[in-house]
Amino acid sequence: MNTAVLRTEVRLFRREPGALFWILLFPTLLLVILGSIPSFRHHDPDLGGLRTIDVYVPVAVLLGLIVGGLQSMPQTLTGYRERGILRRMSTTPVRPTALLVAQMTVYGGAALASGLLALAVGRVGFAVRLPEQPAGYLLALVLAVLAALALGAVVSALSRTTKMAGAIGSAVFFPAMFCAGVWAPVQTMPHLLARIVGYTPFGAAAEALNRAAAGHWPGWTHLGVLVIWTLLLTAAASRWFRWE
Amino acid sequence: MSVIEVSELRKSYGGRAVVDGVSFAVEEGEIFGVLGPNGAGKTTTVECVEGLRVPDAGRVRVTGLDPVADHARVARVLGAQLQESELQPKLTVREALELYSTFYDRPLDWRPLAERLGLTQKLTTRFGKLSGGQKQRLFIALALVGNPRIVVLDELTTGLDPRARRDTWELIEDVRANGVAVLLVTHFMEEAQRLCDRIAVIDKGRVAALDTPAGLIRRSAGGTVISFTPSAPLDAHELNTLPALASVEDRAGRLTLSGTDETVNAVITLLARRHVTAHQLRVVDATLDDAFLDLTKTDTVTDTKTDTITDTQEATA
Repeated sequence: MNTAVLRTEVRLFRREPGALFWILLFPTLLLVILGSIPSFRHHDPDLGGLRTIDVYVPVAVLLGLIVGGLQSMPQTLTGYRERGILRRMSTTPVRPTALLVAQMTVYGGAALASGLLALAVGRVGFAVRLPEQPAGYLLALVLAVLAALALGAVVSALSRTTKMAGAIGSAVFFPAMFCAGVWAPVQTMPHLLARIVGYTPFGAAAEALNRAAAGHWPGWTHLGVLVIWTLLLTAAASRWFRWE
Repeated sequence: MSVIEVSELRKSYGGRAVVDGVSFAVEEGEIFGVLGPNGAGKTTTVECVEGLRVPDAGRVRVTGLDPVADHARVARVLGAQLQESELQPKLTVREALELYSTFYDRPLDWRPLAERLGLTQKLTTRFGKLSGGQKQRLFIALALVGNPRIVVLDELTTGLDPRARRDTWELIEDVRANGVAVLLVTHFMEEAQRLCDRIAVIDKGRVAALDTPAGLIRRSAGGTVISFTPSAPLDAHELNTLPALASVEDRAGRLTLSGTDETVNAVITLLARRHVTAHQLRVVDATLDDAFLDLTKTDTVTDTKTDTITDTQEATA
């Protein structure tokens, strides 16, 4: 890890108002809007006595990392390759890997910050209880971030141009949001659908976060699904990624 | 000691040999030019020196090291300015200079460098807002900021105005005066003639000639050019049999002959013998431009002939 490159990438990230809004603020904003609907603040027996707002906190937590990992990062990385920035870096003693690692750290960090903000606003604004199994919650969250970054790296590896990265990113973006439960939280999905979604990276992440929020250990199946996805996607990305 | 050694370098793309057996060596404190028409394989050659490309065959050594296998060590002593590359659009000039300084063990102070390249007023400007010439000057600064022993400059002054071009040439001469070896890819003859100690003319992936600029001019067929408008027509046969004549051209009554000093003397004798006056007589030394065209022309002509023959055969078939 090259700290000068990382500092530079953090600084550049702060100059992207679009990315800042969609990754850091949008998920929490969505939570606030949903929380402003009175019926979403009532306990619902269909949700095991939880309120809709309770169920949407983990969704908001995942949303930031989906936007960062699948939309923003692949576009930035592909742009760096397209513009020859990675190539220019290749002629210095610092390898272009430093830029890749810095990008992942920036987007991973932003996704985590976005998640923590959603948890905090949920707690303060809508009295959503903080995760009762914090260690398990954090582990699930970190694994979900890694899976999102690996998926983003694959998108970037498969895209020759920034436009392609945008298109492929969006194609993966909507299924990822569905699995995370943006339209219907996993708890409300029909049993079979929930099982299938549970094998996708963000479905597994949603289930793991829900369990940890309720005070249980996230379950090795869901964590295992995340680990396997991360390994597979990382292997695919390093197989196909081109520096120029 | 040679700081760059390239021998029998070969590189093909999709079965087409782009670099086809190039050899040369660059000495310490030398400005070595690589000249050639577009697509001659110049950039591919220097990219192999920079370690950006892996040669198919042949040997490349930079300070005795393999630029691919020993990339990190080569990158520490070699500064590069690439033909087509950019930086992050929102990175400012100052941030770029500071960032690249941290990559090297003993970097130069970037402030005087920025000053000499006329970037001081632009330090807080983002890369995306710079003009083409300003971007170019920033890349020259980034190539030098690591205090390298070798600098590879691909199209050094492309996009620079004449003032900035001259300033850049002076900067490169100063860099060389400190013992740095400079490998310069260019298609500006004036630049090559002014800066380079030696030049390799690359054509179709091969070294067509390797010499000093003066040597290249001397060795090219038409070293001296004589032109005039004769007061009366001269006999074509007599013109064509002039000694050491490389070419003769008649354009609306004005004759342009190229050859050597011997040709010039013979022309003057011929004029005197025929009592013909030469109006607007000019005798000039051929430039590197002429030498370049001469060195890279022969093949093209041969090629055209081959093409024509092939075409005819195809037409017959």
